[in-house]
Amino acid sequence: MELPPKVKNILLLDSEGKRIAAKYYSGDWPTNTAKEAFEKAVFSKTQKTNARTEVEVTALENNIIVYKFVQDLHFFVTGGEEENELVLASLLLFDAVNLLLRGNADKREALDNLDLIFLCFDEIIDGGIVLETDANVIAEKAGINSIDPNAPLSEQTISQALATAREHLTRSLMK
Amino acid sequence: MAQPYAKKDDDHDDELEYSPFMGIEKGAVLQEARVFNDAQVDPRRCSQVITKLLYLLNQGESFTKVEATEVFFSVTKLFQSKDTGLRRMVYLIIKELSPSSDEVIIVTSSLMKDMNSKIDMYRANAIRVLCRIIDGTLLTQIERYLKQAIVDKNPVVSSAALVSGLHLLKTNPEIVKRWSNEVQEGIQSRSALVQFHALALLHQIRQNDRLAVSKLVGSLTRGSVRSPLAQCLLIRYTSQVIRDMSNHGQSGERPFYEFLESCLRHKAEMVILEAARAITELDGVTSRELTPAITVLQLFLSSPRPVLRFAAVRTLNKVAMTHPMAVTNCNIDMESLISDQNRSIATLAITTLLKTGNESSVERLMKQITNFMSDIADEFKIVVVEAIRSLCVKFPLKYRSLMTFLSNILREEGGFEYKRAIVDSIVTIIRDIPDAKESGLLHLCEFIEDCEFTYLSTQILHFLGIEGPNTSDPSKYIRYIYNRVHLENATVRAAAVSTLAKFGFMVESLKPRITILLKRCIYDSDDEVRDRATLFLSVLGGDGTVDTDKDSTEFLFGSLEVPLVNMETSLKNYDPSEEAFDINSVPREVKSQPLAEKKAQGKKPTGLGAPPAAPASGFDGYERLLSSIPEFAAFGKLFKSSSPVELTEAETEYAVNVVKHIFDNHVVFQYNCTNTIPEQLLERVNVIVDASEAEEFSELTSKALNSLPYDSPGQAFVAFEKPAGVPAVGKFSNTLTFVVKEVDPSTGEAEDDGVEDEYQLEDLEVVAADYMVKVSVSNFRNAWESMNEEDEHVDEYGLGQRESLGEAIKAVIDLLGMQPCEGTETVPSNARSHTCLLSGVYIGNVKVLVRAQFGMDSSKEIAMKLAVRAEDVSVAEAIHEIVANG
Repeated sequence: MELPPKVKNILLLDSEGKRIAAKYYSGDWPTNTAKEAFEKAVFSKTQKTNARTEVEVTALENNIIVYKFVQDLHFFVTGGEEENELVLASLLLFDAVNLLLRGNADKREALDNLDLIFLCFDEIIDGGIVLETDANVIAEKAGINSIDPNAPLSEQTISQALATAREHLTRSLMK
Repeated sequence: MAQPYAKKDDDHDDELEYSPFMGIEKGAVLQEARVFNDAQVDPRRCSQVITKLLYLLNQGESFTKVEATEVFFSVTKLFQSKDTGLRRMVYLIIKELSPSSDEVIIVTSSLMKDMNSKIDMYRANAIRVLCRIIDGTLLTQIERYLKQAIVDKNPVVSSAALVSGLHLLKTNPEIVKRWSNEVQEGIQSRSALVQFHALALLHQIRQNDRLAVSKLVGSLTRGSVRSPLAQCLLIRYTSQVIRDMSNHGQSGERPFYEFLESCLRHKAEMVILEAARAITELDGVTSRELTPAITVLQLFLSSPRPVLRFAAVRTLNKVAMTHPMAVTNCNIDMESLISDQNRSIATLAITTLLKTGNESSVERLMKQITNFMSDIADEFKIVVVEAIRSLCVKFPLKYRSLMTFLSNILREEGGFEYKRAIVDSIVTIIRDIPDAKESGLLHLCEFIEDCEFTYLSTQILHFLGIEGPNTSDPSKYIRYIYNRVHLENATVRAAAVSTLAKFGFMVESLKPRITILLKRCIYDSDDEVRDRATLFLSVLGGDGTVDTDKDSTEFLFGSLEVPLVNMETSLKNYDPSEEAFDINSVPREVKSQPLAEKKAQGKKPTGLGAPPAAPASGFDGYERLLSSIPEFAAFGKLFKSSSPVELTEAETEYAVNVVKHIFDNHVVFQYNCTNTIPEQLLERVNVIVDASEAEEFSELTSKALNSLPYDSPGQAFVAFEKPAGVPAVGKFSNTLTFVVKEVDPSTGEAEDDGVEDEYQLEDLEVVAADYMVKVSVSNFRNAWESMNEEDEHVDEYGLGQRESLGEAIKAVIDLLGMQPCEGTETVPSNARSHTCLLSGVYIGNVKVLVRAQFGMDSSKEIAMKLAVRAEDVSVAEAIHEIVANG
């Protein structure tokens, strides 16, 4: 029996329901057609709701789906019906993405930095198991992309420098 | 990928959104991927190409084996670059390409180098990639590094190794199990996530050792876990331990329960929710244990966060199914959620209220729901309709307002599934509550006047044909039915013709008029309609001798005695030959029941027991089946058929269950056998019954099953004689005997020679409850008072120590096999006393009513005062005897 919280998929759709990035961890949707059908169902079910201020939640086909909309980005996390809604909600990526896109989270920025989005997906869940929940840590780990550790400090932007500094600080605090 | 954009181009070119992936094409990107092979690696360019490849994969594009291999090989060259950003992308694409084992070799050395790199990020990611792609032999080579990584001082590295361990445990358990010591160390980590991952892995490693798990959980519940996620996990393990303990009859769950309760005061809401849910899901949880969990959930109901409200109302909704009284305290908060913006929350709130509501609040609730129904989607409406149906079964007296509500929503707009749910509900109510029949049928008639769904129209017409003729004024339905003949499509017209014929046959006074109507139908444009009309005209025209009457009844009202699925299979297997197809060769095991009945039963909440009409449908089937067997035809009227009792464990070679059929002088055991081995054919299947522990029974006859092919169930019967009208009890031991023949799986042909074999089945008991039929009364008080008070038998019993009142009540209900009335089988959460009302019909058709009063003292000793009224004094005495012996 498997008891650790399991995530079935995480989705990032645009304001028309088209897939920007998606990652499936369960075999419930074996083909791309099945995946697209699921995304369509999720999108049409949630489209009219207001998930801009608070994280919203709904149930679909024995799954629990938590979601939040930021600009024209629609974030979703799906888990089984026995899952803890609050655990799923803690896995919504919008905070980490917002950090990575320096507060300009929208579709255009997301597509321009799709590599960062993919890295973000990779850092939050590993094969359906929660890997990390802290948005700051995820953003740091994914954002390392643009930082060459050997590059001189002057070439880093202020925010990258801040991120590096924060990382050093947390490390030293944790020791 | 590009198409959506391309299409848009035609319409409004200027407004086209910018996308870096516009017009992207697999072939071109694969071309671009050649830059990976350049002598001088351009990290920026390469990263971009990898992103494009990942984008394609993510959009559902797939690479052929050759393409994937080619990309994989060129990607491996990028390990030369020192650029960390590029390296991260390389890790990602390797995972996505999931190379085959012979390809993996190429990257292992690079990845192993990264695993020992000074850069934490490299170490962590290299571990995750490597563990994703390697096999067992390679794993032993890197095992040493993985163990090191688990205790790495960087939490990211440590987590990466632990999570990889969780994945590897599925494929290489024996290797991962060797890491226990390191994993144990991880549990003590200061990092929240490491602690979580270590706990998950350690538990997974030990999961088959019940004692070890219980020890692990026991030691951790004393407070060394800080991370909320790990705490949630620990809660799940704790409830598993409690479940295991009670399954093995051990005591000592108290400290574990106390841990769950203490988690209700945790500062993280995630943990509080997990604990509350765990407590509500404990088996046999008492109301006192439930209360603290309900209290925190009630607080969540008024949270500003929708996720929290949803979680709470979803949990309470589940609790309401088993402990409706425990949830009533939340009703006020629940009612305010009906107007919640989030419709999922609102629907859950409504259905919870419908479950916890009492008789007096029904009207008020219905008013609130009416406003609510107009602005929710069909799928939510269906949930509400189903909740209303069970409410109606629970409070039969309130059928009027519930029926009005259902008929109103039936008139409104809605899709097929929704309308079907409503029609099903009305049909259930008509079956269960006789008083509701006439008004319900009229609502259905009105509905088919304007129904766009052929399926529903035909179902309703069929139902009308069965129920309509028995009403006080059958003629008023004729107009509705005949209108269908004018206005509908051929399928509905044909159904309407059949229904008319049933009226004509059942109601003598209507016969001439129906004949006229049917005569008009023989000019219909559709063959089927004309055929039916002609056929029924000749049936109705018969001069009414007894013989044709019987045939006609059979013809009009009898259903096909074999299930359609079995019929279909048999017909497919039938080779056209001299020998005619014999319908008696079709297996009769009832797998599926007629549609409306199946749904009505399937969705009925179990807690409400079976109202009279519902079992009758299964009962009808049995009655027909038994009377079709010549040996049993003379046994008279079937009194009761039990629900199937399993005689084998699940997933054994042969699955056998038994149905006990009780007659006045006889008992028939119907053994439903299923052969679950594709390579075997069983013949001459018989059940040998040893009745030495059932003195009053003597074996009369048995009917073996000739052939039992794979996965096509069949029945064997054994009949016993018993003293007339006496509720004889006893224990029977059963052995299945048969001849096994090997079947060639490729051809499906059986060998000629078989081997005799036998298979021990579990014992079977005939108990007093088998002689009692559950029959509910709509108004218990009236029924009780109409029985002679002087014939009342009262006695008191001590039931000993019980976990709860509910448990004691359930035991008594099961013992007597009677129908709880007016929802009295559910006990309020903190009650110390309770009255339960039961009704039933005892063998010999004697009506019995029972009023059982229960009381519990501080030491959980339960006493019961049992008052029985029956039409026959001796039966009342018999009931007391059952309880006294039980």
